[in-house]
Amino acid sequence: MRRLGLALGLAFLWLPILLLVGYAFSADRIPFQWGGLSLRWFRALAANGRMLEAAWLSLRIAAGAATLAVLLGGLAGWALARFGRFRFRALFGVLAGAPLVLPEVVTGLSLLLLFVVLQGAAEAAFGWAPGRGAATVLLAHATLGLAYVAVVVQARLAGLDPALEEAAADLGAGPFTVFRTVTLPLIAPALAAGWLLAFTLSLDDVVVASFVSGPAGTTLPMLVFSQLRMGLTPEINALAAMVLGLAALLVGAAALILGRNGRVGDSAG
Amino acid sequence: MRRWLLLPPFLWLLLLVAAPVAILAVIAVSEGSAGVPPFRPPLSLAEGWQGTLEPLRLLLADVFYLDAFLRSLLVAFATAALCLALAYPMALGIAASPARWQMPLAALVLLPFWTGFLPRLGAWIGLLRDGGWVNRLLQGAGLTAGPLPLLYTDAAMLVGMVHAYLPFAVLPLATVLLRRDRAVEEAAADLGATPWVVFRSVTLPLSLPGALAAFLLVFIPAAGEFVIPELLGPPEAMLVGRALWVEFFQNRDWPLAAALALALLLVLILPICLFQRLEDAGEARGSGPS
Repeated sequence: MRRLGLALGLAFLWLPILLLVGYAFSADRIPFQWGGLSLRWFRALAANGRMLEAAWLSLRIAAGAATLAVLLGGLAGWALARFGRFRFRALFGVLAGAPLVLPEVVTGLSLLLLFVVLQGAAEAAFGWAPGRGAATVLLAHATLGLAYVAVVVQARLAGLDPALEEAAADLGAGPFTVFRTVTLPLIAPALAAGWLLAFTLSLDDVVVASFVSGPAGTTLPMLVFSQLRMGLTPEINALAAMVLGLAALLVGAAALILGRNGRVGDSAG
Repeated sequence: MRRWLLLPPFLWLLLLVAAPVAILAVIAVSEGSAGVPPFRPPLSLAEGWQGTLEPLRLLLADVFYLDAFLRSLLVAFATAALCLALAYPMALGIAASPARWQMPLAALVLLPFWTGFLPRLGAWIGLLRDGGWVNRLLQGAGLTAGPLPLLYTDAAMLVGMVHAYLPFAVLPLATVLLRRDRAVEEAAADLGATPWVVFRSVTLPLSLPGALAAFLLVFIPAAGEFVIPELLGPPEAMLVGRALWVEFFQNRDWPLAAALALALLLVLILPICLFQRLEDAGEARGSGPS
């Protein structure tokens, strides 16, 4: 009975995805129609300059945003778990959690308005302001990722005994040495999982990117969304099959990292 | 000394989370203009107060927006309820499986979420359109004569929403169910309770915080969802996320879009606070719903 529920749920989740991957190898011009085995759409994808350019931009934004998110979110999660009471702790906690619960359209619009105001201020002060594009998308995605990394790191530290760090300090290690030799190795799996989470979130985001980007910053999801609005193409299936392969590799890596050091749900966010 | 390490994330959050929401509130009481950007600052040194409550008044006066809000809440509620109904047996199944299978099963639930949600919506477009799989199956089975209009309906939108959000609902539930104390259930069974009574009087109440967290984790983002209704839903069905998008991108009415965002935030503030309380309570117990 319980097995049946799980099997049905997994079938619902996976059936469309498996069909999509299968039909990515179909030669037919109509998506989800079988026209014989072929790599035609993968070749079409490889020759699609706009798609490749957008993919390359998205990968760079995602890597940059995830790295910033790990640095800032790691500090935030550490502070929330280990600094005890400090001034404005409640405000800090709410701000660090806000990007997780704000609807995407609200995050996107409010960040765009911030960038417009900052651009206006820069224009008034220097007579010149940088345009919106990849950089603004990166800042927005780093903010989203920060919140996810902070949650994962905080959860990881909450499950660890502070006595480990205290013992190191008692034995004469300075605060920096304690952090480098005890805390950092302990939270490394959470940081790695957080980086992957921030990276995939950035690669998947249409709404926030559409708001904050400019003419020169069309990310891959923005391009795919505009194509889907006009109609499905087999190229999108081929792209999805490739993304799924990559995601499977990443999740496999994450599962290995977490499987050695944590339990299910530690990275659930 | 290490207090200084707090500064970078704190300043970042003040600039990129707190300030934008404050600016949103200011723009929502601004007057639209034909310039770039298309609004006039509500407060200027030379002219004093220049703001207007017109965008907020319009939201309350025009039944179109009220309708969009009610519809969005209804869609979000239906999505969250369906997700919970599907996720609960899945989470039970994961928790009941042998320990070495739990991680791979959780990964199987998570992996679709990391496939990219646009291609998954594309798959639903391919499956539900007139010549798609579902219609071919129905016609092949002799159930319908011609293709049913499945795509661009409320049902298609709901299927897409549930498919996109289901992993969010499974994980918090699986976490509470995995961390529950089995001894309580064994005790109930030893005292003569049937499996159904054990489930209803022990397992279900123990998992309620996780179930509530799962519901809210789906409900909150679903209420402002834009992409799924746009790609799968009926074109005339106006939801808040779509209304905001149209006001911003097509009508270039920034004050009205800001007012809509503010109103959405206001409507969701209660579920959001409830969710954060659940998270904090979970952390205090060391067995959070997250």
